[in-house]
Amino acid sequence: MDIHEYQAKERFRAAGIPVPPGEIARTPDEAQALAEKFGGMTVVKAQVHSGGRGKAGGVKLAKTPADARAYAADILGMEINGLTVEKVLVTTAEDIDTEAYVGVLVDRKKQAATFMVSPEGGIDIEEVAHSNPEAIRKLTVDPRYGLLPHQAYWLANFLYEDPGLAKQASKIVGQLYRAFVDSGASMAEINPLITTPDGKVKAIDAKMSIDDNELFRRPEVAEMRDSSSEPPAETKAREASLSYVKLDGAVGCCVNGAGLAMATMDLVKYYGGEPANFLDIGGSSNPEKVVSALEIITSDPKVKVILFNIFGGITRCDDVANGIVEATKRIDIEVPIVIRLTGTNEEKALEILKDAGFSAYTSMDAVVEKAVELAKA
Amino acid sequence: MAIFIDRDTKLVVQGITGRDGSFHTRQMMEYGTQVVAGVTPGKGGQTFDGPDGTTAPIFNTMDQAVAETGANTSVIYVPPPFAAGAIMEAVDSGVDLVVCITEGVPVLDMARAHAFARDHGVRVLGPNCPGLISPGKSKVGILPAQIVKEGPIGVVSRSGTLTYEAVFQLSNVGLGQTTCVGIGGDPLIGTNFIDCLEAFENDPDTTAVVMIGEIGGTDEQEAAAWVKANMSKPVVGFIAGQTAPPGRRMGHAGAIISGSAGTAEEKMKSFEDNGISVAERPADIVGLIQDALG
Repeated sequence: MDIHEYQAKERFRAAGIPVPPGEIARTPDEAQALAEKFGGMTVVKAQVHSGGRGKAGGVKLAKTPADARAYAADILGMEINGLTVEKVLVTTAEDIDTEAYVGVLVDRKKQAATFMVSPEGGIDIEEVAHSNPEAIRKLTVDPRYGLLPHQAYWLANFLYEDPGLAKQASKIVGQLYRAFVDSGASMAEINPLITTPDGKVKAIDAKMSIDDNELFRRPEVAEMRDSSSEPPAETKAREASLSYVKLDGAVGCCVNGAGLAMATMDLVKYYGGEPANFLDIGGSSNPEKVVSALEIITSDPKVKVILFNIFGGITRCDDVANGIVEATKRIDIEVPIVIRLTGTNEEKALEILKDAGFSAYTSMDAVVEKAVELAKA
Repeated sequence: MAIFIDRDTKLVVQGITGRDGSFHTRQMMEYGTQVVAGVTPGKGGQTFDGPDGTTAPIFNTMDQAVAETGANTSVIYVPPPFAAGAIMEAVDSGVDLVVCITEGVPVLDMARAHAFARDHGVRVLGPNCPGLISPGKSKVGILPAQIVKEGPIGVVSRSGTLTYEAVFQLSNVGLGQTTCVGIGGDPLIGTNFIDCLEAFENDPDTTAVVMIGEIGGTDEQEAAAWVKANMSKPVVGFIAGQTAPPGRRMGHAGAIISGSAGTAEEKMKSFEDNGISVAERPADIVGLIQDALG
């Protein structure tokens, strides 16, 4: 789960990281009032779960409260990568001497939290890792000991030669690790970490992703979810415990298992179609789940055909077939449905489906070809 | 022969009294797996009733279960909040292999559990995996036994049903398996592709290997390089997720393209560059294995 910059900054402040004051505005009036409260120059920043906010015109420097109001009016309602901006962060503008990068994420290869720091801030760290790897210092945190003070200092010393700045940065690195662990994050990033002319180190941007598997034990973090920034169908899927990702094609896919679901989407493309979604319905034959899945898939007006691809293992195919027949009786579906079932008791399942009037297949290729053909009809 | 589990596997089920744990324990017992004990804290002294009058004693702790029964393998069906703890308890109990089926374990919990297992030299499979099966010998986990068949093919995969798909197709043309291993869909897993490939290379009964990967991470790329350098047996590979958009998690916690890294294209290219035959579709796997075996 991604959280907004302002939410990540709240977590950072709680951990002690110096973050300039800032608050959320939902209207131009609120933005103006905040700018007046802070005094001086402010920055108005779109709060959406997307990179490239600056390039899209979603970040503006306001000289006066009237400017802040005008910029907020421009930015609120703006679309950035398909997401509508509903909130802006109004924050004080800082004088910047230098910009650096500090980030920590779970490294899959090292199987532990790993820091990356670079004196080149305000940049795409992945880009720097490719083009100029010497500009990055990395450190993997041993999960048994956590981040040790001398390790934080070692990272900070790569950023600043000045001992005063390095000392401040060392403290911030330690605080960032704390915020990362206490939030159950998979990634936390300060980009840029700035120095000011009066010798202060501050975090002026913040980014954090939370490990979804942590949310059960961190209700205060789970509350930060902003459902307005995801397609409604994805919210509904999450509430129904279905794994769903909306795409742009016409072939609605309903598959059991994540790997098979991806392979099904790939095969749709192979036969010249485009998948409308990724959807993993899980391993049960429960008609309730099938109903939810069908409602989610058909809420997308682009869907021209629904393709079931189910492997019946522990849950037998005939049970799954009965579940599908039962579910389709409960809701009206206007687009054709094609079904492929394979595995244990597949012959029995085919009979059940054919008796109920469905086109049923055992071959994955045959059913996908058929679905693509129907989507183009 | 087989890898990791065989007829000598003596299994403890952690979470044996839960819904999934009890269901799958019966399935494993029916298949012939030696389930020698179960562990559920607070239920020690009770007895688990398996199929056809078989039973297994239940203990409060892994330590007791291993001491009393000589178990050498554990499988975990406990809920996510307790899974990492269960793994570490199993590692501490002296078993050689710990298989964690549980999906949804916090990643930072797993960072600790994996470090603990490495320190103790104990193999962990998973989490978020279907387990493994050595046809005709033993099954540990949730793989459907009906679709496997004894034979010479090794199968290793990050996925569940996609593996079943491939295994079913192999079995249907008479190509049985030595062992089918599901390594799991999480970002931090214990046993990885290379561990399995190495075991299959050293297993005299395995003649060819099917390797099923997906988007996210670099495990497949490293495995491909390992195959080129170390493997004498043919390997056929498939990668799921060619149409997955970047930055989105495709069901599995580990199936995500981060930035430009971990794409299906990159993995398939790495397979090709290292002499692994790439199946474009799942249906092509069988043909490629037949070609490889001549």
